[in-house]
Amino acid sequence: MSKALLYDATLCIGCKRCEEACAAQNRLPYNDSVAAEEKQSEHKFTVVMTKGDKFMRRLCMSCQDPTCASVCPVGALTKAPAGPVTYDANRCMGCRYCMIACPFSVPKYEWNRLAPKVRKCNMCAERIAVGKPTACAENCPTGATKFGDRDALIADAQQRIRDNPGNYINHIYGLTEVGGTSVLLLSSVPFGEFGYHDDLSRDPLPMLTYQVLSRIPDFVVLGGVLLGGIWWITHRREEVAAAEARAPEPVRECCEGGKQ
Amino acid sequence: MKIKFTFWKLLFPFLIAAGLWATIIRYAEGLGASTHLSDQFPWGIWIGFDVLCGVMLAAGGFTLTAAVHIFNIKRMHSIVRPTVLTAFLGYLLVCVALMYDLGKPYNIWHPLIMRNPHSVMFEVAYCVMLYTTVLALEFSPIVLERFNLQKPLKVIRAILIPLVICGVILSTLHQSSLGSLYLITPEKLHPFWYSPLLPMFFFLSAIAVGLAMTIFESSMSAKYFGSQLELPTLQELGRVLVVVLAVYGVLRFEDLFHRGTLKLSLQPGYETYLFWLEISLSLILPLILLLQRNVRSSAGGLYLSSVLVVLGFIANRMNVSITGFERSAGTHYFPKWTELSVSGAIIAAGFALFGLAVKYLPIFPERRREADPQINGSAEPAAAAVLSHAGD
Repeated sequence: MSKALLYDATLCIGCKRCEEACAAQNRLPYNDSVAAEEKQSEHKFTVVMTKGDKFMRRLCMSCQDPTCASVCPVGALTKAPAGPVTYDANRCMGCRYCMIACPFSVPKYEWNRLAPKVRKCNMCAERIAVGKPTACAENCPTGATKFGDRDALIADAQQRIRDNPGNYINHIYGLTEVGGTSVLLLSSVPFGEFGYHDDLSRDPLPMLTYQVLSRIPDFVVLGGVLLGGIWWITHRREEVAAAEARAPEPVRECCEGGKQ
Repeated sequence: MKIKFTFWKLLFPFLIAAGLWATIIRYAEGLGASTHLSDQFPWGIWIGFDVLCGVMLAAGGFTLTAAVHIFNIKRMHSIVRPTVLTAFLGYLLVCVALMYDLGKPYNIWHPLIMRNPHSVMFEVAYCVMLYTTVLALEFSPIVLERFNLQKPLKVIRAILIPLVICGVILSTLHQSSLGSLYLITPEKLHPFWYSPLLPMFFFLSAIAVGLAMTIFESSMSAKYFGSQLELPTLQELGRVLVVVLAVYGVLRFEDLFHRGTLKLSLQPGYETYLFWLEISLSLILPLILLLQRNVRSSAGGLYLSSVLVVLGFIANRMNVSITGFERSAGTHYFPKWTELSVSGAIIAAGFALFGLAVKYLPIFPERRREADPQINGSAEPAAAAVLSHAGD
């Protein structure tokens, strides 16, 4: 069963315990100055953004059909059936195409290391593997971040909007964005105010490149035959010309004979 | 001419020294210290210029080998070698640039055993590897002739046509795949440059640049290396260039029109200015010039037009890879001196290697006097063989 996170911004009090738990889980430093940073980085995998009395979390969306995994030439990024998108630093060669391609700009890079790694939230894959919820969900005091089965969380989110339509904008972010994500967001203000793209395609982005890539084998065969054919035709003329030059009489006779 | 040579002799050691210094910083302190790249802007000029433009400028290789060996346009035979040389050097230098840009360059071989055929980057990796190999083989007769190694020469000649076909297919895939790389970023790349036709645009423009580079190289070589200027051949290339540019231009503007982006091009702004700079250099000016008979038939006019085309499509690649991403990244990117000096040193190395090759290898026809008579008449024995088999 695919797991997911449901973050309900209306329940969030901005205590940033999720940030602290995330840092501890990933053995990253956490103090007041890190807490004040409102941007994801190589040392901060999730952030709680504050705008007046409104909050919004950012973390890896763990797409159902992840763009990063599709673009990685060496398969360093993979989607686990349980939901997390994990990264294998030993495979990575550092091309950073994942950073270019991610529609949420989640992957970050260790620019100042000599053997840099891509860093991002991995939805606590190691905890999910042993049946535990993510660190952020476990440490959320208000239940704003909830861990569970994706289908159940979608039903839950729909119920919350139905029960309290005035409290939410009618949009479960992550339900259909780029084919759906394992992180679902609810909010009382438009997601665009917190920098989320409101206009993402409902189709998974990997299709955009796959529809080109999938034609390559056909193209190679077709191209080979076409070019070989052109070579054959263009050089055939020359062969005929050469033969005519060498033995003009018999060739002409032969052709005339053919006509009769 | 003398002044330029002196200037070049002064500039060259400076460029190489700056490049070496930047190289030390790159490998001793990492990408953070040696570039202005950031999480918002992960690809800079080492990708946008060195790789995208490097591959594009190498396009003369497949364009000319296809014209001569596949389409059998014999009069272009004399200018095939310099274009194959440029392509081979171009690809070698692209590989060098990748060693700077990759975060873990020592893992560059990973795509050989870790495969993800759903990734455009995987296709790019294989095209770079395979086409560099093909180019090395296409280039090898020049070296083999120089040292008069007849046996391997015979082997290469025997597989030349399949080799050229492989080269043309790999190039087509590689040129277009560099455009396909950006298909995955519909919400990030500015609509002037994002298009589902990106692979087609990259391929067509590569052909245009391949032709322009051939004109450019031949003119430069005539000027500095004393090779003979093959004006009638260049005039013909100029005419083909007009057609390719026209087709590209129509497609580019049809695409902008159908995606409703054309009206954006009249709104003043950073992207608009760079868009029109690109379009003027790559399409408007060269088309105006080349459509005039007296320009198209003069060496100077052809040279100027080809320089404009090359600059215009360099602007295009930089726009796709850098300008087009600045708005969505919310930041401006300008390369650090270390990035510029690595690129500068790579270009300098390219020019120097080209010069050395021209000096010591039979690149231009005048220097191929000792080369065997088969070069220009390789079709004849084959023709005889085919005829005898056909028995007609």
